[in-house]
Amino acid sequence: MILNGVWLTIVLSFVAIALGLVLATALTALRSLAGAWAGYIVDAYVELMRNTPFLVQLFMIFFGLPQIGIRLNGLEASLLAMTLNLAAYATEIIRAGVDSIHKSQIEAGLALAMTRWQVLKHVVLQPAFARVWPALSSQFVLMMLASSICSFVSVQELSGTAAIIEQDTFRSFETYIVVTVLYLVMALSFKLFLNWLGRKLFPQVSGLARLTEAHGEAA
Amino acid sequence: MQTFGWPEALFILRSAGWTLALTAIAFFIGSIIGGAFAIMRLSRLRWLRRFASGYILVIQSIPVLMVLFMSYYGLSALGIELPPFLAASASLSIYVSAYLAEIWRGSIESVPRQQWEGSASLAHTTAQTYRHVILPQAVRISLPPTVGFLVQLVKNTSIVQVVGFVDLMRAGMLVNNATYQAFQIFTLVGAIYFAICFPLSRLSRHLEKVMNASRSH
Repeated sequence: MILNGVWLTIVLSFVAIALGLVLATALTALRSLAGAWAGYIVDAYVELMRNTPFLVQLFMIFFGLPQIGIRLNGLEASLLAMTLNLAAYATEIIRAGVDSIHKSQIEAGLALAMTRWQVLKHVVLQPAFARVWPALSSQFVLMMLASSICSFVSVQELSGTAAIIEQDTFRSFETYIVVTVLYLVMALSFKLFLNWLGRKLFPQVSGLARLTEAHGEAA
Repeated sequence: MQTFGWPEALFILRSAGWTLALTAIAFFIGSIIGGAFAIMRLSRLRWLRRFASGYILVIQSIPVLMVLFMSYYGLSALGIELPPFLAASASLSIYVSAYLAEIWRGSIESVPRQQWEGSASLAHTTAQTYRHVILPQAVRISLPPTVGFLVQLVKNTSIVQVVGFVDLMRAGMLVNNATYQAFQIFTLVGAIYFAICFPLSRLSRHLEKVMNASRSH
């Protein structure tokens, strides 16, 4: 039963991270390409999500949306809340990465007869992501830990499972110790995995990022 | 069935005071513990450094909710009954201490090495170096991220409602259970959190800009 909880926590986190990252990239693109109006809307969204608790967002989706006719079950609501929340933080982080790319580098790319798509991929996105990967990674880990809150809308991920076992057995201390250790193991393995993934995804640029960081250029 | 009106809105607004009180207590106690861990993390003694980084790593890798469950339900199973407010402030202080320790360690480390050497050449002891040379500079550097973290803390206090403590979030839930007008209620609750957090976020960003400007001179 605990293993089911672990599994659900992992699945929820991964799906929310994947969807959130896609949404965040889209929002960043929208913000810089689609004019001032879209920019304001994206900014408002980011500020709104970053300055209210995840729990309020989750309850708004789970208890609030049915009032306007959209009924989601606990799992769907959790997934939506996690995705929207992560997207806001990731948008902010990715924007910092994109802002750190100098305009002259894009011009240099175009001067080298790269297509727009090639410039976007090799000159803008890859270095930007490589530079902010550590920040993104910590955000992902925080999201995984925050998923424990989804037990409040009766999703039986790891912390939800813990609550049920605790009610059945009354051995709260042992239950919570085991579950806490499981979270610890998950968070640490997740961190190691993300570090490894970062090195895999950005081999050529990560060295460069380290170099500029050593000179104190990157923020 | 009740409807959501002024008395309910006022009840929610008043409960925001508890959210602020909890934030203040957790920040105060957490910063004392966190400061101690930041210094330990930079100590010359290896076992002290290891202990501190172990503590920080563990607390940062488990959900605050688990710390809260352990200090409320877990301890009561062992015969130690903490009242909700105490359990809530204790768990949040632990959470705060781990994050502030890391933020402050980073700030202390980003004071240039030469400052240490300079201070040593003036025959300052380690304590004197910290007090007169390093900390005044580190505090300035740490200000923007510390204020930024305060935003995270305010938001995270919302989970203490599980142990029955009536903070802003719990007040919202109680009203929701009575009126079922979740949309309006959580909009109000969210708006109050936003009203607390947004100025802090802005302040943090502003401080960051000021710091960057002063450092590039």
